[in-house]
Amino acid sequence: MSVATLDIRDLYLSFKGYVGTVEVLHGISLHIERGERVALVGESGSGKSVTARIVLGLLQELRSARVTGELLFEGTDLSTLSAAARHDLRGTKMSMIFQDPTSSLNPVYTIATQFHEVQKRALPSLGAAESRAMAAKMLRDVSITEPDRVLDSYPFQLSGGMNQRVMIAMALANEPSLLIADEPGTALDVTVQAQTLTLMHDLVAEHGTSVLFISHNLGVVREFADRVYVIYKGRIVEKGRTQSLFGNPGHPYTRALMAAVPKITGGGVADVEEASEAFAEPMVDHDRQAVA
Amino acid sequence: MRRTIAILLQNPLSLLGVMLVTIVVLSAIFADLIVPFPDHKGAVVDFANFNKAPEWPYIFGTDLVGRDMFSRIVYAYRISLILGIVVLAIAVPIGVTVGLVAGYLGGWTEYALMRLTDVFLSVPPLVLAMSIMGVLEPTLLNGMMAVTAMWWPWYTRLVYNITRAEKEEGYVLAAEVIGASRLHVIFREILPNCVPAIITKMTLDLGFVIIIASSLSFLGLGVQPPTPDLGSMVADGAKYLPDSWWLTVFPGLAILAAVFGFNLVGDALREILGADQ
Repeated sequence: MSVATLDIRDLYLSFKGYVGTVEVLHGISLHIERGERVALVGESGSGKSVTARIVLGLLQELRSARVTGELLFEGTDLSTLSAAARHDLRGTKMSMIFQDPTSSLNPVYTIATQFHEVQKRALPSLGAAESRAMAAKMLRDVSITEPDRVLDSYPFQLSGGMNQRVMIAMALANEPSLLIADEPGTALDVTVQAQTLTLMHDLVAEHGTSVLFISHNLGVVREFADRVYVIYKGRIVEKGRTQSLFGNPGHPYTRALMAAVPKITGGGVADVEEASEAFAEPMVDHDRQAVA
Repeated sequence: MRRTIAILLQNPLSLLGVMLVTIVVLSAIFADLIVPFPDHKGAVVDFANFNKAPEWPYIFGTDLVGRDMFSRIVYAYRISLILGIVVLAIAVPIGVTVGLVAGYLGGWTEYALMRLTDVFLSVPPLVLAMSIMGVLEPTLLNGMMAVTAMWWPWYTRLVYNITRAEKEEGYVLAAEVIGASRLHVIFREILPNCVPAIITKMTLDLGFVIIIASSLSFLGLGVQPPTPDLGSMVADGAKYLPDSWWLTVFPGLAILAAVFGFNLVGDALREILGADQ
């Protein structure tokens, strides 16, 4: 068996504030095999985004943050790496896609310039003309039919869906082994979101990229992910293969989360308890259930 | 470009501002060609024509030692503009850099830099400049230094606030995630987004620097005679009001024209650059 792209074991995170420390993650374990698409699902404030930031090594640089636990990226423990070595991984071996594609691109530079910046992370001596040719090819891969026009445009001249495709192309430009997608396309309308997700799905399959997909949108997760982790208040409450987890949600919180999805057929929004004692029940592991 | 012209044409005040600034700048540059008495910028005495009311060839009259007021005003523009440009050329880079660094890095750096800025901002600008000039010798160079020392904190505050807002934007996070260095994020990602505000403020400030420099000269702490300066001309002439009115009214109007012009252009620029964002 090959080495997992990402293997998080027993991750704790706490922030030191003026009134003592606040623990945010209470021992999270999560792993992503090579080429696998794994979703991390939970409500706002459950710890999804901080997990992503720890993987990228952005939180460790904060003096108020305390991170413990093992964090293996392709077999190397990230906590043993120096800040510079972690920095080298970002943008080359790991990349990220954000919620709002338009604001993720700097409004004062053209797409071509920003593409060049990204490519220079991996190939520092890359010239502008070569960069442009490569970028045009990658934009075609994300179904942009006029790459030259897009490359000469500023982000605010393009539509949200167009910018999202540009972001996907940029994120995959350096052939990263791990792509973190933090609620991608939440700021876009559903049809565009669906298109770009399909595109991303196909591309990561083609490149063999592992994906950590962070979302609160269960419908999208069901379509996109191979395996799902459900996170609630800094704890993983349920994990398993997408089909098994959606087919037979075991944990009370997962069931509540699924009940909360508004149906297109109407019937109103389900009344979900904000917090329940049952949500604190131990983790449901679908793989282990199958064995037992 | 076409939009720029359209905005200017729609707003007659902006057009007036552009005209005033053009006249001021051109006359400052080509002073030697325009003025009838180029040597009157220095220590010239002509008692045959002293304190004359406006009449040809002295269209703005003459001062108490017989020098042509028009010639001296045009040369004073040159000195005011040089002073303004030099002050801004030093104050803006300092202020902008401090603001960017404080806004982006946060923590103790932010605390230290912004409190230092607050100290400078809490002293009334003219008082600060006066105290610096009081300690140093009142020369043109020291005048520039004094005005510069009081000017940079305003840019720090402006840029600091923009940086605080821009830092939360997605593209800054995106740059950090792909591994951009702090320097890169500060100067290549955030700074270009501050430029419209900085340029607008600079244009407005050119007028204010002229006022402050004139105020210092009015108090005898700025440019020293015989170098022509609008502020000291007003101060010298004030004793002879209302009889020799031309000694104060023309330099006063000259200050008004320059400051008003730069303010109008600044407002127009705010509209032109602001709408682009």
